[in-house]
Amino acid sequence: MSVLLQAQGLVQQYATARSLFGKPGAVRAVDGIDLAVRQGEILGIVGESGSGKSTLGRMLLGLETPFAGQVRYRGQAMPAPGTAQWRGLRAQMQLIFQDPLAALDRRMTIRAQIAEPLEIHGLARGEALNRRVEELMARVGLRPDQADRYPHELSGGQRQRVVIARALATKPDFLVCDEPVSALDVSIQAQVVNLLRDLQEQERLTMVFISHDLKVVRNICDRVAVMYLGRVVEEAPSDQIFAAPRHPYTKALVSSVPRAGRGLESRIILQGEPPNPAARPPGCAFHPRCPMADARCAATVPRLENHHGRSAACLKLDRALEPAA
Amino acid sequence: MSFVSIRDLKVAFDDTQVLHGIDLDIDRGEAVGLVGESGCGKSVTWLAALGLLPAKARTSGSVRIEGAELIGAPAAMVEKIRGARIAMIFQDPSSSLNPVQRVGRQIGEALRLHRGLRGGAARHEAIRLLDMVGIPSAGTRIDLYPHEFSGGQCQRVMIAMALAGQPDLLIADEPTTALDATIQAQILDLLSRIRRETGMAMVFISHDLGAVSAVCDRAMVMYAGKIVEANSIDRLFAAPSHPYTRGLFEAIPDLDADRTRLVPIHGTVPDPRQLPAGCAFSPRCSRASDFCLGHRPDLKTQAEGGLVACFHPFPARSAKAQEAIFA
Repeated sequence: MSVLLQAQGLVQQYATARSLFGKPGAVRAVDGIDLAVRQGEILGIVGESGSGKSTLGRMLLGLETPFAGQVRYRGQAMPAPGTAQWRGLRAQMQLIFQDPLAALDRRMTIRAQIAEPLEIHGLARGEALNRRVEELMARVGLRPDQADRYPHELSGGQRQRVVIARALATKPDFLVCDEPVSALDVSIQAQVVNLLRDLQEQERLTMVFISHDLKVVRNICDRVAVMYLGRVVEEAPSDQIFAAPRHPYTKALVSSVPRAGRGLESRIILQGEPPNPAARPPGCAFHPRCPMADARCAATVPRLENHHGRSAACLKLDRALEPAA
Repeated sequence: MSFVSIRDLKVAFDDTQVLHGIDLDIDRGEAVGLVGESGCGKSVTWLAALGLLPAKARTSGSVRIEGAELIGAPAAMVEKIRGARIAMIFQDPSSSLNPVQRVGRQIGEALRLHRGLRGGAARHEAIRLLDMVGIPSAGTRIDLYPHEFSGGQCQRVMIAMALAGQPDLLIADEPTTALDATIQAQILDLLSRIRRETGMAMVFISHDLGAVSAVCDRAMVMYAGKIVEANSIDRLFAAPSHPYTRGLFEAIPDLDADRTRLVPIHGTVPDPRQLPAGCAFSPRCSRASDFCLGHRPDLKTQAEGGLVACFHPFPARSAKAQEAIFA
């Protein structure tokens, strides 16, 4: 599979408010990420809040200019936001958010919202525009009579379908879904996950799927990258990462997923607090919570390296590797 | 006599009935899960039972705490029982804490009201509670403000505050929903440890079947303002009988399975203003017959144990098949 999008050494940092005496500090939301998104795959990005996954998603789309590093789309460097070249790329890449009500304009009908990107990019007008809107609505499972409704008249699942229809309007090649089903109820979540899967297969979309819900990621993604404090700590095909996680953080994350019919046994309960990007620990960022960490982990930053065919960033990895695995 | 006994609890907002007669018993020390999707009435049940709904809500039925009736009782009496016996924690801890008061003072308030502790004794007890819920260096952090704690720690502070009154029943309404996976695991662990240590009963309200199964003995599934199935955790998860319960289980992706297609429940939850004439789940149910469209099923005791409100429930699996599931 050819590489559609390549991130090299991506760093994003934000200035914090100035403290009483000091200079403004810097918070590194993303701290050096190399990532390749291959044509036609669904790449999952998982991690807890503050791990930088949404910031990464926005940089992959070119919505934010990285502080350092670069994103290459089809081999070309991402143009600067606001330029004509950049605007041209917008039609090819789209973003789906978590909260569909916030992503939609409350005062516009469903038809007008789906038509808007087609008008902006000059892709259709008049009768062709109406036909295309109807086609898109049918594509995502909305009824034709819902075209003249307003967002508040639809259910959460239906609103997310509108957001998906609007994202698909310009026939994009690349889609970033940022927690697309997190706000939905379980029974509706399954409907939307299936829809995204069908669309990806039929339109041969390339997708980055950002989520904290490991079960959904397991179901939809081909490959998964686990983030911790702005870095990728492990990356592997979906089957492998959930069946045999290597990095101690991934292990804890996978074991912490509550499973129906199973009690609290066999769960790895991590000590300590979730990471704070404003106070990054030295060395391996995970070491204060890691059950295997020693003095070396507190001093050396582990690189994402290939360990027996698996990509992980851990100094302890050889010990972490069970002989049978 | 059970500790809490709810009979035919009904709630209506502006002539729209949202709760259609809930019967529920909770024994001392028991952990009961209440499962369902948004709008099914799982939170309203407890807000109504404890008299916490706004005045425009019309509540009827009976809620007895150790025989004392709460519905229709004078506010002062309800407050006394509620405050001394029952504590509640919510989904979003940061909005339940007062942002301009130190956490020690907030816990101290609960200690003063419910146990009459003041001054040094209250402070000492507040530190002990913070320590118990796993706040490191509680002795100094007692003087911090809520914004100086992370989300998981705020939930711990809320739990400490709830424990301050030494309640007999803790109602936890989606206590881990807003938290990250690894922190969620910590809080679930904390709740079940505290329950073991204090022997209090717990109602765990959640849409997360996995979390419910991790901390509860028994669970009830709600749909459109009614309980549709109730059983022990083991039996409920081994052999869900109601088509909605089964639908919920099948809709959740399995972490151990392949990338198989999910099995959603088609359609959406009905609008409480326009409930279907018969069984509320019938328009979405694969097993519904014409009879279901015209008649509402009652919650009935099943031969194999448990309660189900369905005319065509899935048959309970044989004991052998169940063993295979747990193997």
